[in-house]
Amino acid sequence: MAKKGDWVRIHSVVLKAEERTAKLPEDTQACDLEQWTKGFLLADAKLGDEVEVETAVGRIEKGTLIDEAPYYDHSYGKFVPELIAIDKQLREEMAEIGGDK
Amino acid sequence: MALAKDYASVMGRSNDIQKDALGLDYAEFETSPIAFDYEKLMTSTGYTLEEVNRIQSQYGVGNTPLLEARNITKLARKYAKPGYGARIFIKDEAANASGSFKDRRAACAVYHAKKLGYKGVMAATSGNYGAAVASQAAIQGLKCIIVQECYDSKGVGQPEIVEKARKCEALGAEVVQLTVGPELFYSFLSILEDTGYFNASLYSPFGIAGIDTLGYEIVQQCREKLGKDPDMVVCTTAGGGMVTGTARGVRKAGCDAQVVSASIDLSGLSMASDVDFNKKSCTTGHTGFGVPYATDPDHSDVPRSAARPLRYMDRYVTITQGEVMYMTEMLAQLEGIERGPAGQTALAAAFSLAQELPEDNILVVSETEYTGAGKHVQPQLDFAKQNGIDVRIGDPKEEVPGKSVVLPASPALFKYKEADVDHFRASLIKKAVKKAGVKPTESDLEFLAEETKKDVDFVKSVLEKEGLL
Ligand SMILES: Cc1ncc(COP(=O)(O)O)c(C=O)c1O
Repeated sequence: MAKKGDWVRIHSVVLKAEERTAKLPEDTQACDLEQWTKGFLLADAKLGDEVEVETAVGRIEKGTLIDEAPYYDHSYGKFVPELIAIDKQLREEMAEIGGDK
Repeated sequence: MALAKDYASVMGRSNDIQKDALGLDYAEFETSPIAFDYEKLMTSTGYTLEEVNRIQSQYGVGNTPLLEARNITKLARKYAKPGYGARIFIKDEAANASGSFKDRRAACAVYHAKKLGYKGVMAATSGNYGAAVASQAAIQGLKCIIVQECYDSKGVGQPEIVEKARKCEALGAEVVQLTVGPELFYSFLSILEDTGYFNASLYSPFGIAGIDTLGYEIVQQCREKLGKDPDMVVCTTAGGGMVTGTARGVRKAGCDAQVVSASIDLSGLSMASDVDFNKKSCTTGHTGFGVPYATDPDHSDVPRSAARPLRYMDRYVTITQGEVMYMTEMLAQLEGIERGPAGQTALAAAFSLAQELPEDNILVVSETEYTGAGKHVQPQLDFAKQNGIDVRIGDPKEEVPGKSVVLPASPALFKYKEADVDHFRASLIKKAVKKAGVKPTESDLEFLAEETKKDVDFVKSVLEKEGLL
């Protein structure tokens, strides 16, 4: 349950697949055009409800409540062994050319 | 009465919405169905180079360091024939307020918006420009909305773009995110119409005038530091603003250095495809933007783009994703500075271009960009692997965009590919004439010659072959 004033993320469908008339590749044509934004909830609601929010600039936007406590979880990624090999090679090159002299 | 906000209605009002949102009527620059007065558009900004410099200095932008990449130069010389290997310098644009050269564009666009009395600014961008506009809006006290193409239909976001969303929000902006497709423009226009904000387009004359200082500073700094002009300037190229503005600034400083565009080769991947969207391992500086914007600059979010790369570039080279990723590691390991991959596109090309220039030549790479979670070699390669891309060490010539990322097995394997600029020029000429649907006049031919940095005979020969003359 999210309370009025909570910072939440909402989702909406801007155009259904069949409403998309722009020149599109087939794979994109088969998908809805979807949109997300965030804002302060204007009334108490639960996940999945149609809600209104006030965004960071003060716009009122409608959508489905999908996240009551949105946060970013992008990262520096998992281990990529190829990078360790490259870095080792570069250190060896550096030793050979003698660094900044 | 409330305006109808459906797709057809909003798109139908596109011209009026854009005119209101730029405070600029492009009709006054049109001189024929084919031609327009480019220099008049550029001077319509009313900002001289000195004024742009003053605005930027006030808002944390410009006068970035020019760093000499001594160790990278040494390594390039190791693989060049004796006496070859130009000195490589890098303009550290990551030192701008929000971490990229895009601040130069945003500083001027936001300043102009404020001067005209707009309450807020908007930009349609998945790139560094969003952070730049958000940052300048924060500094100059305007509201800001950034509209991004960010996710595929499964809701999976490109890590680089997600990071930029985070940064925009951190700088106070609202971020509207969308799935793949050009109808982003509809959402953008619709919000622009509702809010009455300024369209801080990447392609407005205000934005492009902001980049002129970059080229100008490069030449000034070379003269101060080295007592001579650069021989070559290499610019990472997507929508073409970087190369346009940098070249204008270089020329304004009275320098005739060769100006080279460099893009990551993503040929074969469709930019409007939901499936291809997450098969890219980099989201800008690539041919998917570079080629269409060079050959048809006027398909952006303004009626006439101020970024016109074919007016300025002397050469266009491509480089692979694998080479750019390797170069990002090289910059960190050899020069001690960690920067974002997309900004290394020109440096990766420069490493190979420098090997063809004599040792006493000066080669300048026009930028770096900030790095962070998501916007970094490791998450971008990890993301590639998760999307079924074969990431391996080998010969970058074997890389197939969307299928593999091949990291060079040795620095010896760095080799740019020369693109056929005359082919792009011919394509621009044909498109411009076909779009207008009229026979070109003598002055149209001259316009097309300027558009492509060629002469009227070249334009005529292209059009004759197509029966368009
Ligand atoms: C770091 C960086 N370099 C270069 C470019 C290319 O600039 P332009 O689109 O003006 O060609 C971009 C734009 O996306 C960028 O973010």
